[in-house]
Amino acid sequence: RLVSGLVYLAGRVCLSQGSAGSGAMGPVEAAIRTKLEQALSPEVLELRNESGGHAVPPGSETHFRVAVVSSRFEGLSPLQRHRLVHTALAEELAGPVHALAIQARTPAQWRENPELDTSPPCLGGSKKTRGTP
Amino acid sequence: MSGSLRRAAAALLRWGRGAGGGGFWVPGVRAAGSGAGGGGSAEQLDALVKKDKVVVFLKGTPEQPQCGFSNAVVQILRLHGVRDYAAYNVLDDPELRQGIKDYSNWPTIPQVYLNGEFVGGCDILLQMHQNGDLVEELKKLGIHSALLDEKKDQDSK
Repeated sequence: RLVSGLVYLAGRVCLSQGSAGSGAMGPVEAAIRTKLEQALSPEVLELRNESGGHAVPPGSETHFRVAVVSSRFEGLSPLQRHRLVHTALAEELAGPVHALAIQARTPAQWRENPELDTSPPCLGGSKKTRGTP
Repeated sequence: MSGSLRRAAAALLRWGRGAGGGGFWVPGVRAAGSGAGGGGSAEQLDALVKKDKVVVFLKGTPEQPQCGFSNAVVQILRLHGVRDYAAYNVLDDPELRQGIKDYSNWPTIPQVYLNGEFVGGCDILLQMHQNGDLVEELKKLGIHSALLDEKKDQDSK
């Protein structure tokens, strides 16, 4: 438990620095943060740019994972919660954001498991056929 | 869902590449590809999602998924022993790829439909798998999840 706790803390430090790997928060990531904060007043917002793990150029802002913790989710089904997130990020999703993994939790749920999950490895996308994600 | 069943399910679900397609052909899965018939009018898609109890829209096929999130959906269905489902490859058909997003008002692939109803993407299916809801939803469709048999085996040891 101590080890996993330390790993978790290390992960959180990395997350709080913004985009994984580049050290700088790009404009899309900043927009996502702002819009989710405005729409959902989250207690916790953890956002990870996962583009580096996919078949897209370095510095891309196309694949994200987000954990949103908000009491606005109380009483809403997972589908309803995800749709709230999608609505807030409609512009990004119609634009550069190609994949968005969502963990939408109430504060109580987050306390039970306060971790941004990991995404499955990329399997190439349509690169094998067309060269676009 | 009991803790032991959840742990067993979680243990079986691995993200590693070995869990990918790798030529694993499951009898009964129809990788319908662009069999949606040239893409995506709402009426066509409505018929498509209602034609089978379990319908998924993927990047790639169940045998060869081309996206980690689509693969996750395939692996979850495999864990539950769901053998007979319709899988449509949006990479084969740009009209289908956009059409299904418009139909469900959902911006990403994969998409999962149970009994003609949109259920969600990979995250939601994973959540349902972990909390036991998927076993229940499959039961409502007359599909007996393989994980129930595993639990029975475990309990009887």
